[in-house]
Amino acid sequence: MFTDDAGKGGIAAGGPGNSAESNRRTGGDLVQLITPGGERVSHPEFDSWVQDVSDEQLGALYEDMVVIRRIDAEATALQRQGQLALWPPLLGQEASQIGSARALRDDDFVFPSYRDNGVAYCRGVNVEDIVRAWRGNALSGWDPFTVNVATQQIIIGSQTLHATGYAMGIQNDGADSVAVAYFGDGATSEGDVNEALVFAASFQAPVVFFCQNNHWAISEPVRLQSHIQIADRAAGFGIPSMRVDGNDVLAVMAAMRVALDRARHGGGPTFIEAVTYRMGPHTTADDPTRYRDANELEDWAAKDPISRLKSLLERKGLLTAEFEAAVSAKADAVAKALRAGTINMPEPQPLDIFRHVYSTSNSWLDRQQDHYSRYLASFGDPAEAASEEGAR
Amino acid sequence: MTQMTFARAINSGLRKSLENDPKVILMGEDIGALGGVFRVTDGLQKDFGRHRVVDTPLAESGIMGTAVGLAYRGYRPVVEIQFDGFIYPAFDQIVSQVAKMHYRTQGAVKMPITIRVPFGGGIGSPEHHSESPEAYFTHTSGLRVVSVSNPQDAHTMIQQAIACDDPVLYFEPKRRYHDKGDVDESLDLSAALSMEKARVVTEGKDVTLVAYGPLVKTAKDAALAAADEGVSVEVIDLRSLAPLDFVTLEASVRKTGRLVITHEAGQSGGLGAEVAASITERCFYHLEAAPVRVTGFDVPYPYSKLEMHHLPGLDRILDGVDRALGRPNSLSGLEG
Ligand SMILES: Cc1ncc(C[n+]2csc(CCOP(=O)(O)OP(=O)(O)O)c2C)c(N)n1
Repeated sequence: MFTDDAGKGGIAAGGPGNSAESNRRTGGDLVQLITPGGERVSHPEFDSWVQDVSDEQLGALYEDMVVIRRIDAEATALQRQGQLALWPPLLGQEASQIGSARALRDDDFVFPSYRDNGVAYCRGVNVEDIVRAWRGNALSGWDPFTVNVATQQIIIGSQTLHATGYAMGIQNDGADSVAVAYFGDGATSEGDVNEALVFAASFQAPVVFFCQNNHWAISEPVRLQSHIQIADRAAGFGIPSMRVDGNDVLAVMAAMRVALDRARHGGGPTFIEAVTYRMGPHTTADDPTRYRDANELEDWAAKDPISRLKSLLERKGLLTAEFEAAVSAKADAVAKALRAGTINMPEPQPLDIFRHVYSTSNSWLDRQQDHYSRYLASFGDPAEAASEEGAR
Repeated sequence: MTQMTFARAINSGLRKSLENDPKVILMGEDIGALGGVFRVTDGLQKDFGRHRVVDTPLAESGIMGTAVGLAYRGYRPVVEIQFDGFIYPAFDQIVSQVAKMHYRTQGAVKMPITIRVPFGGGIGSPEHHSESPEAYFTHTSGLRVVSVSNPQDAHTMIQQAIACDDPVLYFEPKRRYHDKGDVDESLDLSAALSMEKARVVTEGKDVTLVAYGPLVKTAKDAALAAADEGVSVEVIDLRSLAPLDFVTLEASVRKTGRLVITHEAGQSGGLGAEVAASITERCFYHLEAAPVRVTGFDVPYPYSKLEMHHLPGLDRILDGVDRALGRPNSLSGLEG
């Protein structure tokens, strides 16, 4: 943080085979390394950033995407069965989330939104912790410092400022880790996102703004949020940007690596627009048929991120029966763990409501807690009283 | 003991916090070279550098939201909001993020953020420069809210606020910035009165008069004037607006049997309402009369030529004391 002149933060950004010039690009054409048909196409600037990705790693990316799609489906089913109060599906956004999250280092710190469950999975969050808040058993499921992922943000765009502040702290500490903010296209209209871009640029903070343009903000199309391509907005803040095919896991990974590398070497913030599509509803409470055309969904289904990588694996002769069986066994196991973890999740206790409001106890609250526990005790069994209370 | 102004006393407290803890970072608009519009941070950037005393872009939500990220990273940000009326763009970050992070994460993430707000009127300012927004924040769980009334408290409590693991809104009565008082800069924080405690400023036995921030001085003056008329007023400086120190308040009201509360903020839903209701619940059988509020009116803060009508002054407070005592007052003869 706080370099004397913006931009003089440190070593010129650059990576294998990349000129500093290419790192300064803004917006531009959609970067693609795998076509919707599953063909690996070369890209002069981005190829070098993923040339180390082995066949085995490609297979692992495929497994990740299949597993999170399965988590998504299982969670949706659990919601339909009344086990979760709500669920925000990420169906269609697997490549954006996996490609970006798998590019991160353990000591990087992620500030996600409610939909970034694939990112949480990649960071090692337990599956039942992913659904804990959606079940209503807690406001968040994990300790941010054990996985370097902040709890999922519901206020749109708020976390982009948190990521920027965290990045200012990294800079102050002289560390080379990076803070990453995940947010949607709708979020780019919020003041906080714009303020975050101002702060990040002013201080040349090591932060990556990763915008998943899934084309919809609940029922509002992206054209209502931005009159120009979202990636192009960054230039107005003095922040370099990239526009990548968000359904192409390799392209996303390459872009993320460029941005991380720049941040680690003092090159400041980067804005990535991953162009993808939310194939499901906004949440399980939503009906997309009211606002979007079925044809649109069909068009995007043809660009599906998983079938795309699957075709590439097939072309490369990597899609053996054995591999497929292993992937599906993994997905089954994770789904099973998710279901069991959800159903067997211990119920919170009534007086937990008073915990952690402050870091030390508070006489006002102690009094309210004392009065409420006496009230509950007057029924005999406090747990029973509380559930009756809620039903009224 | 050193004589110093209120503003200087805060400055000296900030300096000590910066010296004692490398994780303390000051952030705000114009707080660097200028030393803040009230010069409260005067000289600190020069001595601690731009990494510790940060001039930020003009974006209140941005200041608060990046402070959240810095707190995540282990820092203890001290944020200056330039004027009371400019805190609203940061409101969402304060009430939705700063206040709730500890609760949301079951204690895993602490938000030791101090939010300094010069507040209140009486200095002839234009619109948005004289507001008393404290009740918005006392209504929000997870925040601590304090207001200081004298240089010694200003000096000590800023350090206590910064050392506190919870977020603290620290309201500075801007019309008292130039008032002087004795400050013991060597006072050990652990020996100082806790920031959560109210203080009996003037002892008395006929009526309890509760004030905070800028009106403590006015309340003290009112107590002196009342004494001339043979009325003994006990003045309490709340210091902490959330949580409120009901132990001190109850003890006083049990003794005097009468309660007057004064603040600059409008009456409805203000802190006076909370004090009156809670004391009534807790001390009903000790009260000789209904609690009385002497506050600003429920109007937007008026233009400066009229602000003296809005602000509770010594005479309005004395009139309130008369009401609590059932003595002849401006409302005598009115029902209810
Ligand atoms: C400040 C705020 N306003 C409104 C909402 C309600 N809301 C929840 S999600 C959403 C749409 C967000 O769209 P986008 O940023 O594109 O993210 P996506 O849901 O597509 O991932 C809205 C309006 C909210 N959570 N926060």
